[in-house]
Amino acid sequence: MSLVEILRVLYDDVLRYRPEDPAWPDRDRLILSKGHGCLALYAMLADKGFFPVEALDSFCRRDSILGGHPEAAKVPGVEASTGALGHGLSLGVGMALAARARTRDHRIVVVMGDGEIQEGSVWEAAMSASKHRLSNLTAVIDYNKLQSAGPTREILDLEPITDKFRAFGFATVEVDGHDIDALRSVLGRAPVDSAKPTAVIAHTIKGKGIAFAEGDANWHHKSRLPPEITAALYAALA
Amino acid sequence: MRATCINAVHLLARRDERVVFLGSDLSPGLLAEMKSEFPQRWFMEGVAEANLIGMAAGMAMEGLIPFANTIATFITRRCYEQVAIDLCLHNLPVRLIGNGGGLVYAPLGPTHLAIEDIAIMRALPNMTVVAVCDADEMTRFMAQSLEWPGPIYIRLGKGGDPIVSRPERGFSIGKAILMREAHAPRHVVLMATGVMTGNCLAAAATLAEQGIDCSVIHFHTVKPLDSAAVREHARDARLVVTVEEGIKIGGFGSAVTDVLVERCGKGLPAILRLGIPDRFPDRYGSQNDLLELFGLLPNQISAAVIDALGGTEQSF
Repeated sequence: MSLVEILRVLYDDVLRYRPEDPAWPDRDRLILSKGHGCLALYAMLADKGFFPVEALDSFCRRDSILGGHPEAAKVPGVEASTGALGHGLSLGVGMALAARARTRDHRIVVVMGDGEIQEGSVWEAAMSASKHRLSNLTAVIDYNKLQSAGPTREILDLEPITDKFRAFGFATVEVDGHDIDALRSVLGRAPVDSAKPTAVIAHTIKGKGIAFAEGDANWHHKSRLPPEITAALYAALA
Repeated sequence: MRATCINAVHLLARRDERVVFLGSDLSPGLLAEMKSEFPQRWFMEGVAEANLIGMAAGMAMEGLIPFANTIATFITRRCYEQVAIDLCLHNLPVRLIGNGGGLVYAPLGPTHLAIEDIAIMRALPNMTVVAVCDADEMTRFMAQSLEWPGPIYIRLGKGGDPIVSRPERGFSIGKAILMREAHAPRHVVLMATGVMTGNCLAAAATLAEQGIDCSVIHFHTVKPLDSAAVREHARDARLVVTVEEGIKIGGFGSAVTDVLVERCGKGLPAILRLGIPDRFPDRYGSQNDLLELFGLLPNQISAAVIDALGGTEQSF
């Protein structure tokens, strides 16, 4: 839930794409590096017409195109198969370099989780993005400060997260990740610096909008919900 | 073989604008001419192999054909998940060039010895695994590499390896090459990959002098393995011998026996698998020193064959 507004703003107001032609060469690329957030992505892609909304009801069923982590070969609009954390930013670096080599002006946006950036590969990619001055690359960090095992500050602290990205050569912006207008302003005007990749640190709340789940690490991953909890979830969204 | 492979990337780049080169932290001046001619398509990205593979994948998703190069251990085991997910799951045409396959880096010790690269690369869906036998064959392979779909792991030998391939025998990815044909009705078949094919040819010559007729089949492509060639040549063999400069668990010999176990209708032939046992090499010296340690020099291969034949009646 923490990344819903981020994706909403990207798909409503920022990214260029054609649902009827998902491989349109001039589209902006969005890589959901935190693949476990795919439900929000699926909802967005269905809403925009990449595939029928009815497909959402098949989530994780045997023959569904929509699995627990997104697969590019199956889901129209999914750029890369993700779920193994720490891969997306490198893919984005490669895509951004390819765009430059072909003098195309589309953008590459990589949405990462906060626990994810504990992976060393993210920092390898960050060095590379900075070396190549990839201003066509934007990293968005969904900074809800909770990972599966508990608060990130207790498991493996990311602070000072903004300073880290700045030190790695990114232009950085912090934003309230649930403030639509603020997100629109930040994501719409990237790159912040025409000679640097951009890192958007989006402060978010896990489970945002569902009062009894907000900020509770126990809701990082759940399945087999009892009916009363399911009803409460729908009630919260109403 | 190594220089031929790397230089071929430059030649391919001239032929096809999709070709890009990515290295980690390799020799200064590597592919300097390519760097000068195509600065936008030459990358040296540092000691960051996971990122190197991810970058290559991102480029390939955009239609480029990246050739990514570093030491074989680091382009296989160090970034195995990136290879599996970014390259193989997406089935992208990235070519991984692994320097020093097998025991080439003997003086540098076990951290640099790529002994299990064949085994772990062939375990990945969509991955193609190629280990040519010499520089001439590398030239023929690289010419075909451009249009091959999906990722390829290219295992390099030391360089300066004796030329044993011949152009008239042709080259096709996935197709084994008969290097020496036996004529005795129940002969011995030596099956090898990489530079071990040269050692097997030398061993076969020695064995011929002792009246043991051997054919030698060269499998430059370990995956997809030419299973038809395995079956055809094993059919009437007195003994099938697999020889590889790599760990026996899951390697080339395993690939051959997989085929024989799954597709042999009338029982298995006698099989001898030569390679590296289940342990890290604990000596330094030269590549040949370690090959000797593991019984992979030509005279040791021929002796192992004779030994196996001597025990045929009792043991097989």
